[in-house]
Amino acid sequence: MAKELPITETLLSRHNLTKDEYDRILLILGRVPNLTELGIFSVMWSEHCSYKSSRVHLKRLPTEGPFVLQGPGENAGIIDIGDGYAVAFKIESHNHPSFVEPYQGAATGVGGILRDIFTMGARPIAAMNSLRFGSLTNPKNRQIMEGVVAGIAGYGNCFGVPTIGGEVNFGDCYSQNPLVNAFALGIFKKDQIFYGKASGIGNPVIYVGSKTGRDGIHGATMASAEFDEGSEAKRPNVQVGDPFLEKLLLEACLEAMKTGAVVGIQDMGAAGLTCSTCEMGGRASTGIEIDLYKVPQREEGMSSYEIMLSESQERMLLVAEKGREEDIFRIFRKWEIDAVTIGKVTNDGVLRILDRGETVAEIPNRALTDDAPIYKRPIAMPSRIPERIESTDIDPLYQDWGELLEHFLASPDLASKEWIYYQYDHMVRTNTIQKPGADAAVIRIKNTEKALAMTLDGNGRYCENSPRRGAQLAVAESCRNLVCSGARPMAATNCLNFGNPEKPEIMWQFSEVIDGLAEACRAMGTPITGGNVSFYNETLGEGIYPTPVIGMVGLIEPLTKIRSSWFVNEGNQLVLLGPIVGISGDYSNALRSSLKHLTFRERIPADLYTSWVKNLPCPPIDLAIESRVQKTCLEGIDDGVIISAHDCSDGGLAVAVAEMAFSTSKGPSLGVSISLPESLDVGECLFGEYPSRILVTVDRQRVSDLMAIADFQNVEVTLLGEVFGDKLLIKQGKSVVLERSINSLKKAWTNCLEELFDVSV
Amino acid sequence: MKFGVLVFPGSNCEHDAYHLIGKVLHHPVEFIWHQSRDLKGCEAIIVPGGFSYGDYLRTGAIARFSPVMESVKNFASQGGLVLGICNGFQILLETGLLKGAMLRNRRLKYVCRHVSIRIDNVKTSFTHLAQFGDVLSVPIGHMEGNYIIPSDELEELEKRNQIVFRYCATNGKITESSNPNGALSNIAGICNFQGNVLGMMPHPERASESLLGSRDGLVIFQSIIESRPLKP
Repeated sequence: MAKELPITETLLSRHNLTKDEYDRILLILGRVPNLTELGIFSVMWSEHCSYKSSRVHLKRLPTEGPFVLQGPGENAGIIDIGDGYAVAFKIESHNHPSFVEPYQGAATGVGGILRDIFTMGARPIAAMNSLRFGSLTNPKNRQIMEGVVAGIAGYGNCFGVPTIGGEVNFGDCYSQNPLVNAFALGIFKKDQIFYGKASGIGNPVIYVGSKTGRDGIHGATMASAEFDEGSEAKRPNVQVGDPFLEKLLLEACLEAMKTGAVVGIQDMGAAGLTCSTCEMGGRASTGIEIDLYKVPQREEGMSSYEIMLSESQERMLLVAEKGREEDIFRIFRKWEIDAVTIGKVTNDGVLRILDRGETVAEIPNRALTDDAPIYKRPIAMPSRIPERIESTDIDPLYQDWGELLEHFLASPDLASKEWIYYQYDHMVRTNTIQKPGADAAVIRIKNTEKALAMTLDGNGRYCENSPRRGAQLAVAESCRNLVCSGARPMAATNCLNFGNPEKPEIMWQFSEVIDGLAEACRAMGTPITGGNVSFYNETLGEGIYPTPVIGMVGLIEPLTKIRSSWFVNEGNQLVLLGPIVGISGDYSNALRSSLKHLTFRERIPADLYTSWVKNLPCPPIDLAIESRVQKTCLEGIDDGVIISAHDCSDGGLAVAVAEMAFSTSKGPSLGVSISLPESLDVGECLFGEYPSRILVTVDRQRVSDLMAIADFQNVEVTLLGEVFGDKLLIKQGKSVVLERSINSLKKAWTNCLEELFDVSV
Repeated sequence: MKFGVLVFPGSNCEHDAYHLIGKVLHHPVEFIWHQSRDLKGCEAIIVPGGFSYGDYLRTGAIARFSPVMESVKNFASQGGLVLGICNGFQILLETGLLKGAMLRNRRLKYVCRHVSIRIDNVKTSFTHLAQFGDVLSVPIGHMEGNYIIPSDELEELEKRNQIVFRYCATNGKITESSNPNGALSNIAGICNFQGNVLGMMPHPERASESLLGSRDGLVIFQSIIESRPLKP
């Protein structure tokens, strides 16, 4: 054993371990740990790796369903899409590193999630990301966003995975805590799935990929604590990505898997070699013994502590069938990648680390994985109950609804994200049918008559006000987005971004969000197959809104059922499915809910805006109605009645209608002439954010067919108007409420981000 | 016609070209590994897009030293058809099969979107089925597509009719605003003097199925298939 080091309180706190946790270590080992062992415990018991605060709650999520082949607990969830194919997908956060070093933080976030997918044997065919930044009027936030977008592009483009969608939102609480959630999806044959299991006593443990360096040591621990003034000095904790090497690793791993000599495989992500060894052993109830002397190293003189905790990127650990090592080495030689046997699978359930034959650490695998601490942290509802403000009449502020709409469209939340996704290769692999900007991204599955639709959705502001309902709204919206593209939602992955779990109010938010997700996922029939929890998104005590992000995946079959979200033909009728001004409830401030998007709010007094946003009500949702509205839309598409469909949510009806007019890929934009029901308040009607609504276009002759479907589902339907001309014309009775040329609206919508970045910098 | 698609470490559009030739156009196609000198009897070679060697040096600067490129040079000198797309174009420039060089895009960012290109030369093996002045909608996806060449050499390119594609507006007009990367004279693709080697930044293989939004790129592959390669 290596020389023992006095364990001081400072040393424990530097490792983010509590006194209780240390006592538990003593009990497990029956002796004082050495520094390497302390380091190993510290990363495996970190929030990031152990889910110690979230595990008791995560159990309440529905994780099983008819399509689910693999639920939570593996590198990614897997669902069966028929024809012998399966897809693996998952979302993961890389928030902390992206704040410290935006480009590399985001890039390695993408790299990490891609490895999670191909380590299971699936070839990544789609990536998406969900991003949150502080207001773009602050140059620091622009700098972070520019770096994050470039990092995602730099990694994904080089690797050769299309980045086909995602979402971006802005809010002051994300200023010091940007969120970068990366999603990836891969495809494989159902009978060629690989797991992270170290099975077969005596089988060799092989290290492949990049050499180990000193980068990223304690990355997982960094992601398990709040930021303070010194956090930007943590740059050395952030890893540096090499997408070229990852691309080679992908090809080599997939080729190696085809030999049949690979028994189990896992990527080295957070907590690097430590995590991959003990998790692979843990899952197979075996032990692993490795000799660090054999690990390929980038630098000389690395200690066992550093090697075990390094988070150098683009590395994998695989267990091969004994005697067939050369089959694997040959392939890695072809791709010019290191592949070295560093140890073997043992039968004693122990993670044993040697250095030139001498034992430097010895810990039971289970102590690091299944038996890691679990906390039932205290929960308390926040004392500040959002005060209800009575309907403030905003009409005087905006006499001109057209101008208000233009403001909405030119706010970063709602504006076109072209500036971002033009930087992403979203077409490589020639599968992309619906590009970024559509309700859901859609890719075809080659060799089948099927397509997959996918989307990411989250709404931190609603969750701040009502975590449970906000989470339900996010699930409902993600399903709605898929349905609009013609897809049946199948399963979800989630990324749960929260503040400090040691605060009872944060744990309350978390627990509420889990309940909301569970209820909505059950109602929509979409189990959660995995995901990621990111706590401690706080800087100097200021936390983010609770921000659960849902990644939903659905299937379209056959390809003729794919729908776009824009106007297709002049003369088509525009119809709204679902309750036009929401369901009855305590939601009198719907109009105000949209105003949160007005990041440029020169016309609204600052204090008034602040109080609006602070007290932003969260609209009620009836999951039964939601589900019926979605069924109506799918049936309308199945019957060929619905020509195009668009989710009507962020920014309300007026914004959604404008988007349908803009998004035409080719040819001139089409306008629309709309007549609002006379009984309704114009502001509520145009800008209220209500869930459970879908805008569809229908051939004039088939409106009655759609009505019949909706009737059968007991869904409210409003015939709004007709696709026509080149203007957005909205009337109520005889009076014109809004009249704007599509081109001028589109200009405001298209130019927003570009002007912010390319002109003002 | 048998096609060969080169594969370098870091190529990532090789599957797209392979799929198009084999599954859409139903012609024989094979991958050719960068260390191979054997072109396997292929009658047309595609140098695909991607990030050969990570683009860590100059784009294409390392790939040009691959053994396979020696064979491709010989093949080209005997009149064999060679199509370089995106990174493939950059590799052909570095190899010297085509003239000129690439700078980083004018706005210094990667750009992926559909652009319009006009066909300015229909007397090549890659464009003979198109009409002069046809406008194609095809996607680009690159960081370094800002083509440059000394002015005397540009003059020569023009005189010899080697500029095959130019970025243009949807109506075919060559304008500044339709130039996505700052390329000199809106150049999107050029061929060699003999007309059997073509390099282009846009990706025609991404615009060859209606499901993907455009079939405009097909004419290039159909032209290749129906061409009579120049005899050495």
